[in-house]
Amino acid sequence: MSKEVAKERSMIIQKEMITRQFKELSMAGETGKKVVYTFVPGNISELILSFDMLPVYPEINALQSGMRKKSGGYIRDAEQHGHSEDVCTYVKCDVGMMLSGNIGPTGEKIPKPDLLLLSYTGCFTFMKWFETLERLYPGVPVAMLHTPYQEAHKITPEMTAYMVKQLKEEVIPKMEKVSGNKYDEEKLKSILRNSSKVEDYIVKIFDTTKHRPSPIDAYFAGVYYIGPINSGFRGTPQAVDYYAELYKEILERIDNKLGPITPEGVMEEERFRLVVEGPPNWTHFREFWKLFYDMGAVIVASSYTKVGGVYDMGFRVNPDKPLESLAEYCMNCYTNLNLQQRVDLLSKCITDYHADGFLVNSIKSCNSFSAGQLMIMQKLERKLEIPIGFIESDLVDPRYFSYSNIKNRLESFFQMLEQRKMMNIQS
Amino acid sequence: MPVYFPREIIHAANGLAIGILGGGDKKLIIKGDAYYQSYICHMPRSIIELALDKHFEGFDGFIFPSICDVIRNLSGMFQLMEIGKFVKYLDFPQNFMPHIGGTFYRHELQTVLDQVYKLNGVEVTAQKLNHSIGLFNLNRQLICKLYDIRQEFPWRLTAADVYHIVRAGYVIPVEEHNEILEEVIRHMQQEFGDPLDKIRVLVIGAFCEQPPAGLIKTIELAGCYIVEDDFLLGARWIQGDIDTAGSDPLGAITQAYLDMSTFSSSVYDVGNPKEARLLQLIRQRKIDGVIFAAPSFCDPALLDHPILQKECNDKGIRFASFLYSENTGQFKVIKEQVGTFSDSIKLWD
Repeated sequence: MSKEVAKERSMIIQKEMITRQFKELSMAGETGKKVVYTFVPGNISELILSFDMLPVYPEINALQSGMRKKSGGYIRDAEQHGHSEDVCTYVKCDVGMMLSGNIGPTGEKIPKPDLLLLSYTGCFTFMKWFETLERLYPGVPVAMLHTPYQEAHKITPEMTAYMVKQLKEEVIPKMEKVSGNKYDEEKLKSILRNSSKVEDYIVKIFDTTKHRPSPIDAYFAGVYYIGPINSGFRGTPQAVDYYAELYKEILERIDNKLGPITPEGVMEEERFRLVVEGPPNWTHFREFWKLFYDMGAVIVASSYTKVGGVYDMGFRVNPDKPLESLAEYCMNCYTNLNLQQRVDLLSKCITDYHADGFLVNSIKSCNSFSAGQLMIMQKLERKLEIPIGFIESDLVDPRYFSYSNIKNRLESFFQMLEQRKMMNIQS
Repeated sequence: MPVYFPREIIHAANGLAIGILGGGDKKLIIKGDAYYQSYICHMPRSIIELALDKHFEGFDGFIFPSICDVIRNLSGMFQLMEIGKFVKYLDFPQNFMPHIGGTFYRHELQTVLDQVYKLNGVEVTAQKLNHSIGLFNLNRQLICKLYDIRQEFPWRLTAADVYHIVRAGYVIPVEEHNEILEEVIRHMQQEFGDPLDKIRVLVIGAFCEQPPAGLIKTIELAGCYIVEDDFLLGARWIQGDIDTAGSDPLGAITQAYLDMSTFSSSVYDVGNPKEARLLQLIRQRKIDGVIFAAPSFCDPALLDHPILQKECNDKGIRFASFLYSENTGQFKVIKEQVGTFSDSIKLWD
């Protein structure tokens, strides 16, 4: 585990982007730039950027705290302040981090919000989270953007109209007031043009897993690939450059028939191809990934990489209809899809990317993902006759990561996959 | 399904809206556990169990009001299992402007009416809907009257009895329920029984998954009168009468939701803070202490508790807190905890 982590140029670019971003955030007090806290699913960062404001994503801070082994302490602090053991650990980690001085992943202080943009998309807890933050930052305005759920498997004109009206009459006026800038639709359109390019790249990048060996891991590495589009760079030229470079690297890997890069090095042999449902565990991320690396298991698609937007079903932001487009983007995020849509999307991934197995990482903290997962498994198993695996962990609470339990379950799952392969060869 | 649904619209369409509140402590869960992980609350697994055991065979449609992610996804499970002739997730607006959230909500209600119309072909006229609104206005008035009498004379009827009387209204026609309520109120207005030396408590947190009746009894046996609660909150959701004289009754129902809703963990509260409304209720009901009783793993209720408890602390209001599930069967620990809480208020306040 002490081996140096292998890095490609795109990784270095991303690290530099994030470092600059947190530096800019830490200097917000001096530069006078206003700070907007918001969420990853349904993150309308383009609108924030069009007002020259800086976005902060409490979920990203929480997962970073998890990866840096700080979340356990933050969660305990929040529990000492009255939060239940039973609730979302992202919320508790964020509250604990704030109580401990709000120091971000780069060691710099994250500024207080000037606006809380409650993009209530696909997760009920988001609403409770910002009700909590509203009390912790008294006087800071909250702009609510309620994203209707795709309960009838579609986006209706009424749903879009509801969102556009909220954008026009709730969100934009508050952004104008906080930033001191007028809404500039032409500027927003120009930012959205970049978003559309990035969305094209995202689809192409994740589609490369059709190759054998897959040049990327679409879950563990995938969470890095979706980093820039989900953490404040949506619609920026830097994001376009980053994704162009990343795609170029992946194409080179395909030409050289190379497997994915992992922290342990390049995966030499691709033994199993998996589709994974559910977020990863962040507190033991590298150990978790290594369990798959050691078994030669590559994730060829994952639902988690679609949590900040689903683009592989054809949706792209349309700069000519900026507000409608932002609304539809929000409604298309993975956790805003109903269970049948999730089954269909996962089924398509399993088929298109020739997966050998389907695995659920069920997260204690995340009912939006987890409630219904057992039925999703059942449906996929019956429809595709594919081996199914199930493990449990949590987002950022280290108390809920049991290495030996997960390892045992994964070993059984991989044995099942191996047997299925043997049976297929024999038949 | 809990928490609130405007049953008036189903009544006006010649339908009967039944409140499904889980399997409680009577239904043994065997199959339901195979559909939910251990860290998800109990109610959806008992609802699935009821569905699989064909308790809902006679039902035409299922409406899942937006409460939380678990209930939202339960609607998807019903869709996947093809239970009933229609399944509707009713997205309550979290924007309370009439021309934004109101327009959206009205369309949601119209979608329900369209589904019912497909089944029975009954046209809901303004006259019919106004009539139904009137019946449910009366129903809420009577339930509020019941609560008012109970808060003044809590020894006349136990909290568990009140709970069962109100809950009956979730499964019988409103006309019949109104008759029962009127009779109970007549009975309760007579002087009988003697007050006991108990503290007056408000129980909060049980807005969705209902506590077992044994738990309600336990609280009262441990030295408390429950004079306010959020059990069966949907029955009292709209705080006042909805207009019955207008030509747009669906608009009146919509407006009532926006302007006259009670507070709950399932509703966005910025601009109308829940702690202020809790304090108002504490004053109005002359509460001695608050009991925070929430179902295990209930994100909405449990994430509200630190906010509400801070307010109680700041205002010097005593509170106790515990978790339950709808099938909790052992109350000894809760009885001791509540008894100690009651004693501490009686002895020291």
